[in-house]
Amino acid sequence: MPKLITLEDIDALATGSAFLGTGGGGDPYIGSLLAKQAIRQYGPVTLLAPDEVPDDAHVFIAAGMGAPTVMIEKLMSLEDADRAVRGLERYLGRTATAIISAEMGGLNSVVPVAYAAMRGLPIIDADGMGRAFPSLDMVSFNVYGVSCTPMTLMDEHGQLVILETRNARAAEEMARPVVAQMGAQAMMCCYPMTGAQARQTAVPGTLSAALAIGKAILEGDGAISPVDRLVAALRAQPYYRHAHRLFDGKIVDLDRLTTRGWVFGTCVIDALDGAGQVTIEFQNEHLVARRDGQLLAIVPDLIAVVDRETARPIPTEGLRYGQRVAVIACSAPPILRTPEALAHMGPANFQLRDDFVPIEQLAGA
Amino acid sequence: MRIGVDVGGTNTDAVLMEGTRVHAAMKSPTTADVSSGIRAAITACLEQSGTRASAVRFVMIGTTHFTNAFVQARGLARVAVVRIGFPAARDIPPFFTWPDHLAAQVRGAVFMVGGGYQFDGREIGPLDEDAVARAAGEIAAAGLRDIAISGVFSGLNDAQEKRAAEILQAALPEAQITLSSQIGRTGLLERENAAIMNASLRPMAAHVVAAFENALHDLGLNVPFFISQNDGTLMRAEQVRRYPVLTFAAGPTNSLRGAAFLTGHKQALVADIGGTTTDIGMLTNGFPRQTSVHVDVGGVRTNFRMPDILSIGLGGGSRVRATAEGITVGPDSVGYRLLEEGLVFGGDTLTTSDIAVASGQADFGDRQALATLSADTVSGALDVMHQMMEDALDRMKTTATALPLILVGGGAILISRPLAGISETVTPDHAAVANAVGAAIGQVGGEVDKVFSTADGGRDAAVAAARAAAIRNAVDNGADPASVEVVELEEIPLQYLPSGAVRIFCRAVGELAGLSEAASEAASEATHA
Repeated sequence: MPKLITLEDIDALATGSAFLGTGGGGDPYIGSLLAKQAIRQYGPVTLLAPDEVPDDAHVFIAAGMGAPTVMIEKLMSLEDADRAVRGLERYLGRTATAIISAEMGGLNSVVPVAYAAMRGLPIIDADGMGRAFPSLDMVSFNVYGVSCTPMTLMDEHGQLVILETRNARAAEEMARPVVAQMGAQAMMCCYPMTGAQARQTAVPGTLSAALAIGKAILEGDGAISPVDRLVAALRAQPYYRHAHRLFDGKIVDLDRLTTRGWVFGTCVIDALDGAGQVTIEFQNEHLVARRDGQLLAIVPDLIAVVDRETARPIPTEGLRYGQRVAVIACSAPPILRTPEALAHMGPANFQLRDDFVPIEQLAGA
Repeated sequence: MRIGVDVGGTNTDAVLMEGTRVHAAMKSPTTADVSSGIRAAITACLEQSGTRASAVRFVMIGTTHFTNAFVQARGLARVAVVRIGFPAARDIPPFFTWPDHLAAQVRGAVFMVGGGYQFDGREIGPLDEDAVARAAGEIAAAGLRDIAISGVFSGLNDAQEKRAAEILQAALPEAQITLSSQIGRTGLLERENAAIMNASLRPMAAHVVAAFENALHDLGLNVPFFISQNDGTLMRAEQVRRYPVLTFAAGPTNSLRGAAFLTGHKQALVADIGGTTTDIGMLTNGFPRQTSVHVDVGGVRTNFRMPDILSIGLGGGSRVRATAEGITVGPDSVGYRLLEEGLVFGGDTLTTSDIAVASGQADFGDRQALATLSADTVSGALDVMHQMMEDALDRMKTTATALPLILVGGGAILISRPLAGISETVTPDHAAVANAVGAAIGQVGGEVDKVFSTADGGRDAAVAAARAAAIRNAVDNGADPASVEVVELEEIPLQYLPSGAVRIFCRAVGELAGLSEAASEAASEATHA
């Protein structure tokens, strides 16, 4: 019996992927509405384990790109996603046989499920990072040799832009102004690959992991400590098992600055008992957490800020002075911690001077 | 003189105020027709203080009537929704996120027409006027009168929503039209939901306002009257006919504002202890701190600005049980039946009010009825009650600094011990009618919530534009220009936009124009006296 993603799974998937979005990735709310609509209309989605994907499968990504604040006005359309994917299929002369997520963090974890339902295609239980990152090149497909382009961008008028660039970084730089022209929101299809490539380069099992994490958070309502419950759920996951509740406190300072199309910022959290202070730096997603200047956790390991009472993840745009939060950090999938991966998504790629140190070493020290 | 009235689910409270003094305060049961309860409360106030109706200059009314009607799906009109933005925003139609029972009552017809704006002000497309005209025909054929219009980025530019309203109004002279741009904030679905809610309440609003007017007229109060809004400011009666939805959170807001006024505290926690629950809010600069999250009303997601309120199951009627694991308090309550079921009132249910009497903190009913209550139960219950309150207060605090706590509502007697993190606990005079006082002291406000470009002029110019717009709106709403000040300013940078844009929410508030004249009159009266 293949595993199915049903209507009842969508809220858990959205919540779990909001956690893995570590502050960024975009609010999955609109995506989850689309997914519920699509599953109601077309039925549940088959979840395919990576080792069940045939070598010659044609694997396509469906994703949204743009500003979260625009998305809550223009919403999002599966028909536009379909035009983006079909545009790339036409260009390549092959038809999708499976769908995969680019990132298992925030909005783009739910949209591919909605799209897979609409197309009646299976979705692969994997993605390109097991979290969220702010740039098209920060994905395991790129690190391990899949080309980001040709890629398509589609606006609400049916206007299609196809990009072929020398590398993923260039694709990102060219896509941004196009997306701005499209109204700061587009549907996107990129990293077209074969089943064999997907198996070799993707981070396996992340969709199931997001579901399990989301269920732990949602079912934690009314529990004695939803945050401890969440940490326990993370520890049961192969990738995220080095999970720690680093700090409980109140946000006492917040500084957000938008430059070059990203939100950079710092969030300062004071311990509830007054002992110590944690500072988190973010660029869309949380990058590094320090306690009184000492490193606690650093990208690509995951740093999440959650509501202290409910364990619900809080996106960076939802951070507010005075919120009472718990800071949780956990290990990134090993495939993101190799030297090759760190060259694309390590601390240096975010202008941080620190070297990457795994959370299990920092927490053990 | 002015009169403040709070129409709650159980009681209608009224106060007569002159300047900053409360001359008379009265509680009377809320009646099914609302207006006779108001009449009774105001009459009692005037009689108690020996004041003639002609001395009253303004009447302010806070009411939960519309909130309750919507949540209970009572008397709602069917609404036709026209969404402008096609081909954007086409996959998630209006009512998609509504609970079935509410959608079944309110959904009239849905139209998705071409138009809408981009974040930077460009049009997604021109308004499809032919489609709007066709919609008008179908709305007429369906016999619908109440219409909500929403548009993509209409908060940025409301021209298309207004043009669509013109076309619909010309074709349907009887129609009552609500524009989303005049109610909600950024977020199409939530803003549209607010507009639909509003449209569904408008026929009822016309009745309720007329009933208020008649009640006041009967009392010889032929003066301007105002209704409290969510943010503690006032709107005129004719505005309520058009925007009943803006009264949704007026209840807790008025109680917080009243608490601030009665104590003079501007930074404080406020606990409104009722029969079943305690509502805790936080005053900053004399106004309730607002929630930043979406607010569900009757299961419909909206993005009004509402006061950030934490409700816990602790009230004067909460049941107290001694179990093997220890003593529990609430969350169930005997509610308004306290006067029959509480031990001191001759009933057989142990409640928190009985504990308050047993501990000597309160003195009502028959103390003898508590003779068999053990001292351990009393002190154990007090421990639990104070612990519940301390935990809840701590959750609402934003800093470790100790803050004053203002207790209002009838259940203030439950709290007798010093509380951790609280510098002082104050129960002001007239605490039981703090919400009516909050209504009476309402100010007038204006707000703006838009995406501003920072491409030219930068962030400072954007902030200046937002402040000016909020102040202008406050004055347009009737505020005295000299008294208007910005009380809230929030910036949210927009991600992924290389050109630089920022969403700014700004709110300005001032004294009601004409009130200062009344105040100076009051001052001169005081001098003569």
